[in-house]
Amino acid sequence: MSTGARVVKTWAPLVPFAAWMFVFLGIPTIAVCIGAFQKESGGFTMSNVNQATSGVYLVGFENSLKLGIIEAIVPAIAGTFIAYAIHTSRGSLLRRSLVTLSGVFANFGGVPLAFLFIAAIGGETALVSNWLRDIGIDLYAHNITIYTFGGVALVYMYFQIPLMVLVILPAFEGLKNSWHEAAEGLGARSWEYWRYVGVPVLMPSILGSALLLFGSSLSAYATAEALTAGSIALTPIQIGSFLNGNVLAGQENIGKALALGLVVIIAVTMTLYVVLQRRASRWLR
Amino acid sequence: MSVGIGVAGTLGRSDPLQVIQESRSPGGSRLSGRGGWRSLRVWRLVVLALAGLYFLVPLWAAFRFSLNYVGPGFSDQAYTQLTAQQGFSTAIWLSVQLAIVTTIVELAIMVPTTIYIHLRLPRLKRVMDFVTALPIVVPPVVLILGVLQVAPNRLKSTPFLLALEYVVLAVPFSYRALDAGVRSLDLQTLVDASRSLGGGWLTTMRRVLMPNMRVAILSATVLTVALVLGEFTMASLDLQQTFPTWIVVFDQTNAHVSVAASLMALLLTWVVLIGISFFGGARGKSGGPR
Amino acid sequence: MTALSRPDDLSVMASGSTDGTWGDGLPGASHGGTSVALRDLSCVFGTVRALDGFSIDIAPGELLALLGPSGCGKTTALRILAGFESASTGQVVVDGQDIQSVPAQKRNMGMVFQSYSLFPNMTVIENVAFGLRLRKVSNSDRKGKAMSLLEMVELADRANRYPHQLSGGQQQRVALARALAIEPRVLLLDEPLSALDAKVRVQLRDQIRALQRRLSITTLFVTHDQDEALSMADRVAVMRAGKLEQVASPAELYDEPQTPFVAEFVGTMNRLPGKLTGQGKVVVLGREVVARGPFSAGMPGTEVDVMVRPEALVLVPVHGANGIVTAVTFRGAQSRVEVLLWADVSVKVDVPSAEATTLALGMSVDVSLALDDVLVDAKRDRLAVQPEGA
Repeated sequence: MSTGARVVKTWAPLVPFAAWMFVFLGIPTIAVCIGAFQKESGGFTMSNVNQATSGVYLVGFENSLKLGIIEAIVPAIAGTFIAYAIHTSRGSLLRRSLVTLSGVFANFGGVPLAFLFIAAIGGETALVSNWLRDIGIDLYAHNITIYTFGGVALVYMYFQIPLMVLVILPAFEGLKNSWHEAAEGLGARSWEYWRYVGVPVLMPSILGSALLLFGSSLSAYATAEALTAGSIALTPIQIGSFLNGNVLAGQENIGKALALGLVVIIAVTMTLYVVLQRRASRWLR
Repeated sequence: MSVGIGVAGTLGRSDPLQVIQESRSPGGSRLSGRGGWRSLRVWRLVVLALAGLYFLVPLWAAFRFSLNYVGPGFSDQAYTQLTAQQGFSTAIWLSVQLAIVTTIVELAIMVPTTIYIHLRLPRLKRVMDFVTALPIVVPPVVLILGVLQVAPNRLKSTPFLLALEYVVLAVPFSYRALDAGVRSLDLQTLVDASRSLGGGWLTTMRRVLMPNMRVAILSATVLTVALVLGEFTMASLDLQQTFPTWIVVFDQTNAHVSVAASLMALLLTWVVLIGISFFGGARGKSGGPR
Repeated sequence: MTALSRPDDLSVMASGSTDGTWGDGLPGASHGGTSVALRDLSCVFGTVRALDGFSIDIAPGELLALLGPSGCGKTTALRILAGFESASTGQVVVDGQDIQSVPAQKRNMGMVFQSYSLFPNMTVIENVAFGLRLRKVSNSDRKGKAMSLLEMVELADRANRYPHQLSGGQQQRVALARALAIEPRVLLLDEPLSALDAKVRVQLRDQIRALQRRLSITTLFVTHDQDEALSMADRVAVMRAGKLEQVASPAELYDEPQTPFVAEFVGTMNRLPGKLTGQGKVVVLGREVVARGPFSAGMPGTEVDVMVRPEALVLVPVHGANGIVTAVTFRGAQSRVEVLLWADVSVKVDVPSAEATTLALGMSVDVSLALDDVLVDAKRDRLAVQPEGA
């Protein structure tokens, strides 16, 4: 078989997947990136990009980045602990249920999620607010609500933490028993094992997962929309408003410039992710 | 579920008791001494309790809210009347259709691809990890923006454009599930055995590989369906009335019913997933964790 | 070399030269070695009785092998000694003290696992120095000591590699060096060679044995491979179903197995039909010889199985004799000849290969016994599949 034919034969089976991803993920993304530089009347311009990185849009980026960082660090830590708790749970029924639960919650977002938290601490009839009022803490009086940046951050964790659990759990499987026992036999106490072996080995995976969380929170739209209805500047919301038609004529492509901004940030994130995964896979093989 | 479970192999373990020991403390460290055991247990309880609190309290709050349909005091009318609400059945039907189409295409593409990568191009595994992680981080907002920009009008007018995009969104989850399933098989050996006995590729896939990946395939299916039934952003910006968008719109009419619908969807998904995982476990080692 | 110390540790101080070499600081040499005794250990996992009143003594500086089939409890016994499992009853005595209440971290025993026990995030030398680091030995001291250990296992040139860059055999040598770095009083080896290639296994076997002898360190070695056990150990303890079958030197185990299980597990055994005469003797292959073993004292006329090794039988080609050659298998210096004696009795006889070439299938041969006393076992269905020994 000629070299050409062999190449085709090797790569052909991947075509459906590659083609699909390109057409339905790649092309839209590229289209948006190109559109960011286009004028309404055709031709190229930087004005969209300029406007997208100033004023209220700049604030939007700042908020989104801040949110992303919080939603990367806190759920990473919480998720790691929970994943370890699940991993060491005895009884496969319990473990499987918890993992399944994580799978369900990781996909649970948007308006229904917003509803849950509104019902819990959102309004005057909210459950937790009432409980707290009963023990003397009046959230309302202190102006603590979930319709703020902090509230959005809290609600996001509902799907970020399970996402972390799902992503980091396989890494725990890679931690071999014999490492812990070898360390013990050499005289290590539990925390010493974690400090010298456990955490260093897990760290690339944890960091990689944190990056995923960062990216995931940057892309979240529905939940914030439902909670804040645009009162807090967040880039995905601002992009959405361009699709909803709440936009001045001649400025449609600013939305694409915003999208381009997100794509750039995420591209950087994913590059770091790849580097970390390489390290992780080597050690946890 | 296959998504989160690795392979606890028994390779090289000649002493079955060692296997028993490993399965007693699955993958977790064998902490020696009485003190070690207890503190791990306590700590684990604390973590899970705190997590439980955070995740369950809002659920409970929403549940109580949904029971307040007819005013303060409890009534299950929000639930019993759910199916009768305006637009409910159309929305559900649309979502179901989308789920079916998405799942079929998803499996048709991902199952052979995953198998092929593992079999012939293992060096591409890392590339696959990366590519399949992309949909998690590409904002659906951006995606729908781009799609609406370039899609031909013929596609744009049908809701099945969404299905095509959902296939992409589900890739991270379905790939991980299928990947875990394939990893627990000795793929090369199975394929070699089947082909040496005269099986062609199609036969091998259908009769040898897929039955052994049953749990993984089921898992991928359920995750895909869960995604479709819960996806809101793209559907709403595409102005399609799927179940999630219906819930939001209907909230204007009757918040209690909306919340009830959300909870039902959540519960249903969880029950189905648990059922699958049980089913997979009870069936034994077909493509699941060993 | 500074003395190793951990505040609440039971380890013995090692004295030695100051130039960073092992020197006189041999664990065994300086204080006469550590004695280990497992007394009456029982251990239950769920419904599985892993150990059932198991007792064994290990003399100072001795290498004792625990040999047995899968599930016999040998690994459990080792892990109880190490502190990773606890026994439900019995005592674990080291140097006269019961250490069961001592956690594994403080027992100061060097352990080598079956595989993959090196810390992947550390280089080879960092792995070896790990135990010393925990004991707050200074960086230069511990690196120096780790290097001398690596030299001992001939891996000094790989000190800065990572475990995944080493072969299986090299990893195990590093694991050994790491275990020895803390100057343990007991060395525990849990099937360290089982995951390795055959050739590497044999090389490593010799190296481990040489190292152990040089350091005179009390060692417990668990294996299911009798070749390993017999070639490496000072004494071998054969286990079955959580109990000790026999403990003896390799030669004694081979030549004088006390129970039929040991006889068949170690090496190959033939089973020949015999009849007890009632006076401690048995008639087999037309001769009367002394009978040994738990079944040797039975009623006269009892039919028994007589256990004889292939090399204890003599084979002579003769017409009209008691056997017919059914197979000849070349095995190097010796060949194994299968002879059908009568109806359902088939035996294996080891014959020098030079002679074996003169044998042909179907040839008539005479098989006779070259011993004067034999081990006797209860009669067993000879059609049952018998485990092939070495």
